Amino acid sequence: MVQKDVRRLTLILLFAPFAMWIALLIIVPHIGMVALSLREKVAPRVYEFGLGNYIDFINEPIYWNTLLRTGSMSLLVTALALLIGFPIAYYIAKIAGNRTRGALFLLCLIPLWVSDLIRAFGWILLLRETGVISTFLQWSGLVSGPIEFLYNDVTVIIGLVYTVILFMIVPLVSTLDGMDDSLVEAGYNLGGSGFTVLRRIIVPYAMPGIVSGCIVVFMLTAGSYLTPILLGGKNSSWFTEQIYDQFITRFNWESGAAFGFLLLAFTSTVIWLGLKLSGQTLANTVAKS
Amino acid sequence: MARSAPAPFVWGYRAYVLAFFLFLAAPLVAAGTFAFNDSLFPALPWQGFTLDWFFNDTEPKLGMFHDRRLLRGLYYSFVIALMVSVLSVFVGTTNAFLFVRGQFPFKNALYIVMVIPLVIPGVILGISILVIASNMANYFDRSLGIDLDFLRPGIFLVVLGQFSFITTITSLVITARLKKFDATMEEAALNLGAGRARVLRTITLPFLRPAMIAAGIVAFLVSFENFNTTLFLVGSEAPLTITMYDRMAKVGSTPVLNAVSFVLMVGSGLLALVSIAVQRDKSVR
Repeated sequence: MVQKDVRRLTLILLFAPFAMWIALLIIVPHIGMVALSLREKVAPRVYEFGLGNYIDFINEPIYWNTLLRTGSMSLLVTALALLIGFPIAYYIAKIAGNRTRGALFLLCLIPLWVSDLIRAFGWILLLRETGVISTFLQWSGLVSGPIEFLYNDVTVIIGLVYTVILFMIVPLVSTLDGMDDSLVEAGYNLGGSGFTVLRRIIVPYAMPGIVSGCIVVFMLTAGSYLTPILLGGKNSSWFTEQIYDQFITRFNWESGAAFGFLLLAFTSTVIWLGLKLSGQTLANTVAKS
Repeated sequence: MARSAPAPFVWGYRAYVLAFFLFLAAPLVAAGTFAFNDSLFPALPWQGFTLDWFFNDTEPKLGMFHDRRLLRGLYYSFVIALMVSVLSVFVGTTNAFLFVRGQFPFKNALYIVMVIPLVIPGVILGISILVIASNMANYFDRSLGIDLDFLRPGIFLVVLGQFSFITTITSLVITARLKKFDATMEEAALNLGAGRARVLRTITLPFLRPAMIAAGIVAFLVSFENFNTTLFLVGSEAPLTITMYDRMAKVGSTPVLNAVSFVLMVGSGLLALVSIAVQRDKSVR
């Protein structure tokens, strides 16, 4: 009997920090954010319950265009990160020798330890008008005047792919690492071409890693702030910038909260769709990596 | 390799991998190298090697170790990161025991709930905590006349904001290690007459120590470099990333920012090596 009580007490003591963390820092703040977003300002210091902030969002094309742009560019970045990262992950997990493998994996992780800010700063130094690449091109005589590589969409996309690609490679390496080489061998022996083996054996096997990488990458991209702003300049039109603008610059918290909820709803929907389409769950993808 | 592919393909593949790693290194090399350029701007041409951007004590070439605002930012970042890692390792450890050892209803669903903070955009964690804390502070101020200063943007809120998602990372790392624990070791100790508390202290926690240290280091680094969540919760005590961003965006940059970047890269590189060394310790397995 005493034993049972001790067990129950231990469980409660272990449950308390978890419950407080999730309830006080995740659930309650999000409810608060949604509640605030449903509050309309009708006169100074007078508020009413209503959908006004969301109606404003729909009526102002700049707002929803920015959200759509952020979403589509994030999908593009996710796809690019997968295309560029998959061969690298496959090389690290399957082709590299034992010693190189560890070293390459570590090399992959190094930028992970360096802040987004420093990475974006490095790109600025390379790409701006007075930057390394522009100077180098002039010196080599390929171009006659300085070139500005910053402040366009291509640069923003390259910068974002750079920032997030490690979060694609790491889960891919860990799933591919568990794949038995004989599976690939068998595929070839049965007469499959390289492409067939990739499509029918390797990709299905790596699916949890692919989904996990895509979820994290998409979420990080859609929620990123520094890279689009520093590399895209004032006109980068990223949705997080709109949120910042509403909260800090205009001090319109009601509308900022509505934008926050919209971003959250949007990213969650995309992630949910991705999970449904690929037949995976959050527990066997993100939690594993 | 399972099958020897034609040679040009292999060489092309290797070239691709090499190009990728050059792409990975390029901005970091650029950010670090210009710290040593004896020029007022972090740009070519190369004017010669100098350590002024670290140690010089006069304007215009004020080195980072004499720049008060940067040093203060470094200090605040350090304090915040330390608090976040201690808190998140503690909760991460209790979470690991809860989910590996505990039996309770909705366990699988709650495990997913534990993972969710990691997939919420950091900006949203920031604003939601800002909103709720400000509402509470306003409520106490208006109805009870108590000014709860810690609920206004500042270090306390920054710590809470970062803790809210970093705990997921520490929980996952420590849970993975606890799952590998061989329960017979505890049973043996219990059979030999040790009490539960003693078993925890002498057997289980030492087994978890590498994972706890590694999780602490990851938490420290993630906290140190966090920007999105911090941006909304920061008060007058700006941590280093915010200070650097302000310089970069508003003032335009001198190579002192490169010097800071260099120091941060070296520092986090060393911490990462420590975390790998700690996890290599397989004496218990």
